[in-house]
Amino acid sequence: MSTTAINKVYRKRLLRHRVGIALSVFAMSLGIAVLLWILATLLINGVQALTPMLFTQTTPAPGSEGGGLMNAIVGSLMMVGLSTLVSTPIGILAGIYLAEYGEENKLAQVTRFVTDIMLSAPSIVIGLFVYTLYVANVNHFSGYAGSIALSLIAVPVVVRTTDNMLRLVPNSLLEAAFALGAPRWKVAMMVRLRAVKAGVITGVLLAVARVSGETAPLLFTALNNQFFSADMNKPMANLPYVIYQFAMSPYDNWRELAWAGALLVTFSVLALNIISRTLFTQKIPN
Amino acid sequence: MLNHTESSPNMNINVNKAAPAAVLTSRPASKIIEIKGLNFYYGKTRSLSNVNLDIHEKQVTAFIGPSGCGKSTLLRTLNRMYDLYPGQRAEGTIAYRGRNILEADQDVNMLRAKVGMVFQKPTPFPMSIYDNIAFGVRLYEDLSKGEMDERVEWALKKAALWTEVKDKLGKSGLSLSGGQQQRLCIARGVAVKPDVLLLDEPTSALDPISTSKVEELISELKQDYTIAIVTHNMQQAARCSDYTAYMYLGELVEFGETDQIFMNPARKETQDYITGRFG
Repeated sequence: MSTTAINKVYRKRLLRHRVGIALSVFAMSLGIAVLLWILATLLINGVQALTPMLFTQTTPAPGSEGGGLMNAIVGSLMMVGLSTLVSTPIGILAGIYLAEYGEENKLAQVTRFVTDIMLSAPSIVIGLFVYTLYVANVNHFSGYAGSIALSLIAVPVVVRTTDNMLRLVPNSLLEAAFALGAPRWKVAMMVRLRAVKAGVITGVLLAVARVSGETAPLLFTALNNQFFSADMNKPMANLPYVIYQFAMSPYDNWRELAWAGALLVTFSVLALNIISRTLFTQKIPN
Repeated sequence: MLNHTESSPNMNINVNKAAPAAVLTSRPASKIIEIKGLNFYYGKTRSLSNVNLDIHEKQVTAFIGPSGCGKSTLLRTLNRMYDLYPGQRAEGTIAYRGRNILEADQDVNMLRAKVGMVFQKPTPFPMSIYDNIAFGVRLYEDLSKGEMDERVEWALKKAALWTEVKDKLGKSGLSLSGGQQQRLCIARGVAVKPDVLLLDEPTSALDPISTSKVEELISELKQDYTIAIVTHNMQQAARCSDYTAYMYLGELVEFGETDQIFMNPARKETQDYITGRFG
């Protein structure tokens, strides 16, 4: 075999390699460009309304000057906070159940299947579900109803990531714990869950990020409140709804506030994602 | 007093009687585990057939044989590790201190606390070095902080790891090197003061220096524990064991004192394997 023939094969491969890399870089830059575009637009339009007033004043009445988003920020934090408190333990425990018994047990297999459906269920359906079951029965919108709807969206996310993470734990590690005479629940909680702690926390953070931008489920549950209210049994202001309402309004200061709200939500979600990523890469299971 | 003098001659007679019958005259050790007619199945596949073997107290028993011969499977029946997987089952009897551990009413957790195991790959738990050792101890003993500190130090010294880690007991077990991790796992197994220690190819993932440390450890541990070791390394079996079992295709081909197995095997298959003509 002559060297020129080998070089020909090699050059062909090199060409294919370069074309492949070029295509991948192009695809990646498309994605990044769109993201940067969104972030830049948000920054340009939202930054002027990003004043201390945003956090100290409530949403303005129609026609009045100034105003902020304090009621919506507090409402969002309370509802997302409550739904995280509810969905984290349920999601993690259900995830442990699936990972422990998912292979051998019919109930667990059904649960895993239903969780997958819930993951892709349109969030407006979840809002309507809580409306019929809760809001229509108590006859008023409330922060609690909003939290229930958000929890229903968060739980399957936490369940799925916990289940996936736990199943990454190698059998050898579990066997080592069993070999010491540890009962199953201790192995599950103290060795298996601990081995993928970072991954499970990542799942929780991703669920928080997911629900903090949800509008549709809140339309039918928490609705909105023009005034400041920390009573979760009353209709509650929240960022996604205020953005939706204000962005469509004819008032300049409302639209500015909508931009600022969008900026807040987007950058908090971005921050949550970055935090969860760094957490996860720090302690990837071996 | 009277009782004592009475029983002594009896015992002597027993020993004298037993000695010629057993192959192993030079080391009179009592049998701690007696395996009789053991069959093992992975689903429908039989991977151990009619294994009969005795493991002697405070001796090292090595299991050798080509891959897939069933030596690891045999080891995993001794602490019922196979119980974790549905579809795996064992038949026959394994009498541990006179009691058949294969019976359904055997408490497997209690059994595993008595019959410890160290695996091929180091498996430190995702916690500090200290807690790696304390984890198993806490399962069955209620020790004060001071007693636990002593136990951790004792176990790490037993595993020849103390000097290397005594200043970083709070650090993660995963931060150690492979050889150190394996010694940590041995320390963890020793810390619960088991009766028997099963070692499943404990040095196959280690470099020669770590290997020789673990081997020294085995001869050290033999003073207090009964050890069963699976190894692919024939020199290792020859170096550290008192008894050797050669297995092939799920059957026990030959079992006897290590010296005899290596110097003068009774079966041709054994000789072929240990001389490297087969395997």
